[in-house]
Amino acid sequence: MSSQHSVLFDAPGPRARRRIAVGNIVGALIVLGIAALVVAELARKGQFAASLWEPIFTSNAWQNYFIPGLQNTLRAAGFAIVGAVVFGLIFGSGRLARVRVVRWLSGVVVEFFRAVPVLLMMVFFWLLFGFNRISDDPAFLAVVLALILYNGSVIAELVRAGVGNLPKGQSEAGLAVGLTGGQVLRSIQLPQALIAMLPALVSQLVVVLKDTALGQIITYNELLRAAQIFGNGNSNNLQTLTVAALVFIVINWALTAVARWLSRYLSGRTSGVTAAGPGIGNPTAVAGGGPGRPGNAVAATGDPSAT
Amino acid sequence: MGDFLSQFGALFAEYPVASAFWVNIQLTFWAAIFSLLLGTVLALMRISPIASLQWAGAAYVNILRNTPLTVIMTFLFLAVWTQLQITLSDDFAQNFFRFGVVGLTVYHAAFVCEAIRSGVNTVPLGQAEAARAIGLSFLPAARLIILPQAFRGAIAPLGNTLIALLKNSTVAVAVSVSTETSTLMREMIESNANYIYAIFMIFAIGFAVLVIPIGLLTTYLSNRLAVRR
Repeated sequence: MSSQHSVLFDAPGPRARRRIAVGNIVGALIVLGIAALVVAELARKGQFAASLWEPIFTSNAWQNYFIPGLQNTLRAAGFAIVGAVVFGLIFGSGRLARVRVVRWLSGVVVEFFRAVPVLLMMVFFWLLFGFNRISDDPAFLAVVLALILYNGSVIAELVRAGVGNLPKGQSEAGLAVGLTGGQVLRSIQLPQALIAMLPALVSQLVVVLKDTALGQIITYNELLRAAQIFGNGNSNNLQTLTVAALVFIVINWALTAVARWLSRYLSGRTSGVTAAGPGIGNPTAVAGGGPGRPGNAVAATGDPSAT
Repeated sequence: MGDFLSQFGALFAEYPVASAFWVNIQLTFWAAIFSLLLGTVLALMRISPIASLQWAGAAYVNILRNTPLTVIMTFLFLAVWTQLQITLSDDFAQNFFRFGVVGLTVYHAAFVCEAIRSGVNTVPLGQAEAARAIGLSFLPAARLIILPQAFRGAIAPLGNTLIALLKNSTVAVAVSVSTETSTLMREMIESNANYIYAIFMIFAIGFAVLVIPIGLLTTYLSNRLAVRR
């Protein structure tokens, strides 16, 4: 944080710099001490034994477990995000429609699916498809459908917030040149809102990817479940689950970095507000920033430049 | 219709639906308190001028918020409990409940940290400069000018995190908390398949009833307390 101005701290003088240096060393010692304790405890319990780690670095582990698991994870996430964008566009525009019934219905659908835990939806669809023999792979369908309904509702809110955050002058200018309300929405507001919501959409992809792991509970053969089966076979669950977690962390961390980069890159391309989402639940509708002041709104959802 | 309703009523007399929701509420309550504590510590680390603490806080947040909660829960169950044989209570059910709280806490603390930090980031630099210009030193400036505005800015993201926490408390099933709602719903549907829609709607509406007031309250509070700039 030294390169940027902090709202809490002045540029330190010589005495403060000395104190910060001491604090830095003490802090580093505490953090390293905790890490050393954990490592020592793991070593005491023999968790670094080569026999526990070797199975992970075999072609069997990757060819038969990690890679197929990751493929299933990505397949479910891919279908889910595409479906969610379609769902979100339909119900997001629905919430902006001029007909009150359409607005109201879209509102009920969106609020309902945002309030229900994804896991409950997955279990419900899984059992439903299983009973009715709708597909050979009810778990996959259940994962995708539950993710579409939840994340689609979140994206619908993103669309609504994206249009709401555009400067009022945009729609006024459209109406002034003789466009109808629907035309203004389609050809002026939505294109700008969609560009503005791209970073938040990428952040939502992180949520989708993380939530595919819920498929483990309904026996969908994704990365976590594959790792768990492999770990059970080798009695090294700690080690295999660590690897699975690392795969998730690397992918999601990269996506988060893309979202942050997009929010800076696109801020000049639209009059809307480009801010990355928080990566959990429903991104906060940007409050207080006010339309037409993108700089302020980036601050409202977290400084995108700080890691 | 009356027949349907009476059978349906009997179904709910048979299964402990309310106590399943109570388990989720308890999980949420404890995890909310602990993740608020841990998240505040992490946020303080990340906004401090001390590089090593900043780094540790950022590492924690980037690792935990990018790990699926289901992975954390499964890790606690299979790696920490089964493989490392760490127990949190002698009582079996209580042990899993505490693991559930631990899993929810470590995951959501990362988001609490970011919520608080984003609250601090809503305060314009000019506020701090003005505070210093009128002669306030670090603590009075933080106490009187910056933190009150920062907390107001953090209400909305904190409320969102609380809602996510309540919904995510169902994932505690992955650490064998078998009395919570998703397990009960599954049991009920598996033995009463003809009522599948009605059973799902009851649980879904139950969550909507819990979640929507939290959302309305945080929106109301964050609008009411918003700093008009």
